[in-house]
Amino acid sequence: MLSVNDIHYTYQNFPVLSGVSFSVEQGELCGLFGPNGCGKTTLFKCCLRFLAAHKGTVHINGEDVSKKKVEDLAKIVSYVPQEHKPPFPYLVREVVLMGRTPHLGGFFGVRRKDKEIALNALDRLEISDLADRPYNQLSGGQRQMVLIARAIAQDTPIMFLDEPTSTLDFHNQMKIWEIMQSITEEGKTILACSHDPNHVAWFCDRVIVISNSGVVANGHPRDVINNEILDLIYKDTCSVRSTDGVRMVMPRCIIEKKEQCNSGIVAEHPDHSRK
Amino acid sequence: MTETTRLKRLLERMGYDDVGGFSEYKKILILLIIAVIMFISALTAVVMGKYGFTVLDVYQTVFTHVTFGDVSAIEKLNNTIIWDIRAPRILLTLFVGGALAIAGAVFQGVFRNPLVEPYILGVSSGAAFGAALGIVFPAIFFSLQLSAFAFGSIAVAVAYLLARVRGETPVVTLILAGVIVGSIFAALVSLLKYLSTDAALREIVFWMMGGFYYATWNDVRVIAPVVIVGFIILWALGWKLNILSMGDDEARTLGVNPERYKFIVISIATAVTAFAVSLVGIIAWVGLMMPHASRILLGPDNRYVIPASFMMGGIYLIICDTMARTLTNAEIPVGIIASILGAPYLCYLLRNKGRIIFG
Repeated sequence: MLSVNDIHYTYQNFPVLSGVSFSVEQGELCGLFGPNGCGKTTLFKCCLRFLAAHKGTVHINGEDVSKKKVEDLAKIVSYVPQEHKPPFPYLVREVVLMGRTPHLGGFFGVRRKDKEIALNALDRLEISDLADRPYNQLSGGQRQMVLIARAIAQDTPIMFLDEPTSTLDFHNQMKIWEIMQSITEEGKTILACSHDPNHVAWFCDRVIVISNSGVVANGHPRDVINNEILDLIYKDTCSVRSTDGVRMVMPRCIIEKKEQCNSGIVAEHPDHSRK
Repeated sequence: MTETTRLKRLLERMGYDDVGGFSEYKKILILLIIAVIMFISALTAVVMGKYGFTVLDVYQTVFTHVTFGDVSAIEKLNNTIIWDIRAPRILLTLFVGGALAIAGAVFQGVFRNPLVEPYILGVSSGAAFGAALGIVFPAIFFSLQLSAFAFGSIAVAVAYLLARVRGETPVVTLILAGVIVGSIFAALVSLLKYLSTDAALREIVFWMMGGFYYATWNDVRVIAPVVIVGFIILWALGWKLNILSMGDDEARTLGVNPERYKFIVISIATAVTAFAVSLVGIIAWVGLMMPHASRILLGPDNRYVIPASFMMGGIYLIICDTMARTLTNAEIPVGIIASILGAPYLCYLLRNKGRIIFG
């Protein structure tokens, strides 16, 4: 479905992507995972051709992205950016309707069916109550939900989401991951980057871990999210534990604190454990 | 099929049907009301003037012409003043106001900034330079209007090319390039003013204030087709303009090639502005204010903002120009009235609706 081949990208003199390659199968919910500044967003932008990769190719459905027209690309790929605020007070329903643009034709273009699809997308995310609010006055989390609804309305076989849950509350985070799962069950492919190892471990079918040196790991979360990899990218801050059969990534300092607490050392010097 | 259902069908085919609170009928109604106001203001403006015709005289003259009646039956004086002086002047005002307002709406959308006016890329300074050349060197630049149009377009083209880096024209670069080009041409205008005779200097200054003093049917014939065609194309691109106003990356995501459509809409908006400016001089405010006013009435959707701006720009300039020619015995340059009326309006916007409109 998506195959990325040896992508290189350099900002001025600062290389961000140097030889990233991986592929994602149809119907997979794939998590892209890596430390800050490792080039996740840049990778997305190369895949979507906002940036022209200096070397390497991206194929979607077997077609080279760099040879496709903008109009055609938007029919097969949708994108949810991290943060975006337009200057004009478009209503939420209008913003979601914009997702239908690649499928529109005609003089004014918007048909009844498109409006219905837009409203359904709002329904699916349970944010129909926002429909009449100006989009640029919403909170960051609400805007993120609207952009996800827009991508759903765009109805493309593959979706890119750049930290879709970064500004959401816990309830909405779970809701979005579940919705993404149900979307992939319909046969669509999702590539989402995230900073939460737990989300990736719980919901994704595949995890790709990247760092500045390229792809560190690629595979099923149970094989990828382990102490070794986490130590490599997060410099010894996390441990993987299992509670009731569910794997949890926990900060090591908390675990140590808990252990010390259990053995009764900590009482006198509460700060001790952090040093 | 009754008339109403037929109309409804037509509107639906055009994409204007009412689904789940996309309250489009209401917006269409507002557009129709604005259209009615536009006709009323034009018809009122014909009656207004120093020469005291009766209302009946005026409409009889207009009616005879519009219905291709027997023109020779009209009194000669009535015919000259009403049909040859007032009517073309009002139509010219309408088209110039409309042109500036749609250009303003387009530039604000493309530049993603509600404080942009159509002169942002230097079309006015370029046109002023062209006009000044025409005034100071009439032998070489035989047509003031042509020269103004040419230099107005050149200014924008230069700004656009300056801003184009590696196949992209980022908005910030474009605005800066516009400022640079604008100031160069402004300096050149100053140079010409410095070199010119007193009479020519006076003429340059007056030209730059803008006015409809010499409006003729010929001017209307020049500007009407351009503005009408430009208006229809921009209106049809209204939805694309919505997408462009979300930003370049967003537009690409949604399948609208930002570079191509920016080029198309900026070219058309520049063309209509250059035509307007070359005929009547520089009139400020219309292009800034009327898109705002339209957004307050109809929301930011450019499929409605563009037609509303066109009509409201026309209405506003008709009102200003009618005041310009009737308030005093001499004529006040319309640019002055437009600014004096416009500034308080923008103040009101800033104080009351600032947060909604300016983000």
